[in-house]
Amino acid sequence: MKKTLFDKVWDKHIVQQIDQGPDVLFIDRHMVHEVTSPVAFLGLKNRDIKVMYPERTFATADHNTPTINQHLPVADPLSAKQLDALEKNAKEHGISYWGLGHEKNGIVHVVGPEYGITLPGATIVCGDSHTSTHGAFGAIAFGIGTSEVEMVLSTQCILQPKPKKMRITINGNLQFGVTPKDVALFIISQLTTSGATGHFVEYAGDVFKNMSMEGRMTVCNLSIEMGARGGMIAPDEKTFHYIKGREFTPEGADWDKAMGYWQELFTDEGASFDKEFIFDGAAIEPMITFGTNPGMGIGISKDIPTADDIEGGAATYQKALDYMGFNEGESMIGKSIDFVFVGSCTNGRIEDFRAFAEMVKGRKKADNVTAWLVPGSHKVEKAIKEEGLLEILQASGFELREPGCSACLAMNDDKVPIGKYAVSTSNRNFEGRQGPGSRTLLASPIMAAAAAVTGKVTDPRTLMNS
Amino acid sequence: MAYDKFNILKSSAVPLPIENVDTDQIIPARFLKATERVGFGDNLFRDWRYNSDDTPKKDFVLNNDTFSGKILVGGKNFGSGSSREHAAWAIYDYGFRCVVSSFFADIFRNNCLNIGVLPVQVSPVFLEQIFAAIDADPNSNFTVDLPHQKISIDASGAAEHFEINPYKKENMTNGFDDIDYLLNIKEDIRTFSKNTPL
Ligand code: SF4
Repeated sequence: MKKTLFDKVWDKHIVQQIDQGPDVLFIDRHMVHEVTSPVAFLGLKNRDIKVMYPERTFATADHNTPTINQHLPVADPLSAKQLDALEKNAKEHGISYWGLGHEKNGIVHVVGPEYGITLPGATIVCGDSHTSTHGAFGAIAFGIGTSEVEMVLSTQCILQPKPKKMRITINGNLQFGVTPKDVALFIISQLTTSGATGHFVEYAGDVFKNMSMEGRMTVCNLSIEMGARGGMIAPDEKTFHYIKGREFTPEGADWDKAMGYWQELFTDEGASFDKEFIFDGAAIEPMITFGTNPGMGIGISKDIPTADDIEGGAATYQKALDYMGFNEGESMIGKSIDFVFVGSCTNGRIEDFRAFAEMVKGRKKADNVTAWLVPGSHKVEKAIKEEGLLEILQASGFELREPGCSACLAMNDDKVPIGKYAVSTSNRNFEGRQGPGSRTLLASPIMAAAAAVTGKVTDPRTLMNS
Repeated sequence: MAYDKFNILKSSAVPLPIENVDTDQIIPARFLKATERVGFGDNLFRDWRYNSDDTPKKDFVLNNDTFSGKILVGGKNFGSGSSREHAAWAIYDYGFRCVVSSFFADIFRNNCLNIGVLPVQVSPVFLEQIFAAIDADPNSNFTVDLPHQKISIDASGAAEHFEINPYKKENMTNGFDDIDYLLNIKEDIRTFSKNTPL
């Protein structure tokens, strides 16, 4: 039978099929962080059981961590308690733990690929919806709830009905100034935030083939924002080159054995999908969001749609615009902004900081803008320094913070104040996501850079030499 | 964690006719700092329910005594966004046992089923009928019959069938959770793990 990439990986991990029920799916690698794991560990304690395969679970602290003065004790007592709980639980169960200040510490979905935890053909889960990031390597990776975290800790399995399959193909050449983030925001704007619900997505076509691994991570990361369980891209030479030699990547005979499996990981000619979408890469513009979900995005040269143009309730649409303080039919260009956030598991990797630095080089941060530049991990932070990007940033009036999720979800002190506008490279512009009353405009690192130096929403192409 | 068995639920309902209600609204991130599963109901819809000085917002439905019940009725694409199970906990903890919508986000639906909140997906037309029934009489009752997979509007008798995976249905009616199932097949898992490629 002709199989898709998704079928091949899924089928390889079925321990058991329950009649009329979900599949028992074996999980190769499991990542945990401090926020969604404590209740799961408590569950294990109440049942008096241990983690079944501690070597398959990796713990890092990220959601709740401060991004300045990480060497000092964490001031917020509740955050400190969660961080302590993670450390204690990891020690008790023999799990690798990369806490605050550890050289490998960083956002779960950034450190996974950095250390070879993320591998092609693997099943990877974490109690965080952007686990879909790891699909960039041809893994089946998806977010789970705390009950499921408990299942994986105790049995290395979860029960899942097999999702439907969707393929999104984009060929053609991307225009100048169009980044992977724009490609993803474009797709979500076309499919809406529920357009891929119930599906696992495969991204295919030249646009994804030509993308760097980091770009592919950005795209797969945002799969969840159109409702998909996850997204994946078939592994290729670029993928194998990326993972080779990383700490947890198999070596020697194990590498050869894994490669035997990995080389089969592509969708067979003629395999079928439940849904297919095809877009023209050349038609995509730099994107920005204007509303309160990631599907409410437009090309930077377009105007905010009117309620008649969109699918869905007019009342809900109006509520979103009211929250944002925008009107139908307006252009986004020129709108004054207050904050810029560069970071998160969507755009907190080295290529993102390179792009940001290149744009701000020789320019100055606008006075009305507060900028938070937060590397996704210590490894990224180190690269920023080693590559000389820090000097460029500092010369332009920017500072670098320490790694963590930061203003992506504003669980720590990095909160955008009520009513203020933030151009953010993160993944969600929900009401209050970046702090109560905050207003988020999602965009690429270069769009964020253009806003940071001009103090307003700016088409980044106007500042670039083509 | 064990939860109450679900069989037939007869209750009035609380209407929330907003689309794309995301889990950040159901429970904002700053209330995810607990290390135990207690007290989440207090922060359900926190920023829609309370002003920044913690006084209740009068116009939000949970602050309106006219509406009550164990059923929450939401607009299309309910529960999108984050995987936080805390959203489902908050709903359960507040006292809801059933959420009705014309469309649910996947992870949220799974999380609900795992902790004993029944997600009932109805047609857009039936959803409108439910909102209309509540509009006409806030005390109107609805019957959610899990064994027969049927939801009905008591006043009019209008009813609709809903889907649920048979395995999940069995779990819900018995108050079982998936972990019990998995713990029982640990030996099979051990055998399987020896032959995984990674
Ligand atoms: S950066 Fe944001 S989306 Fe990514 S793991 Fe952290 S909180 Fe989740």
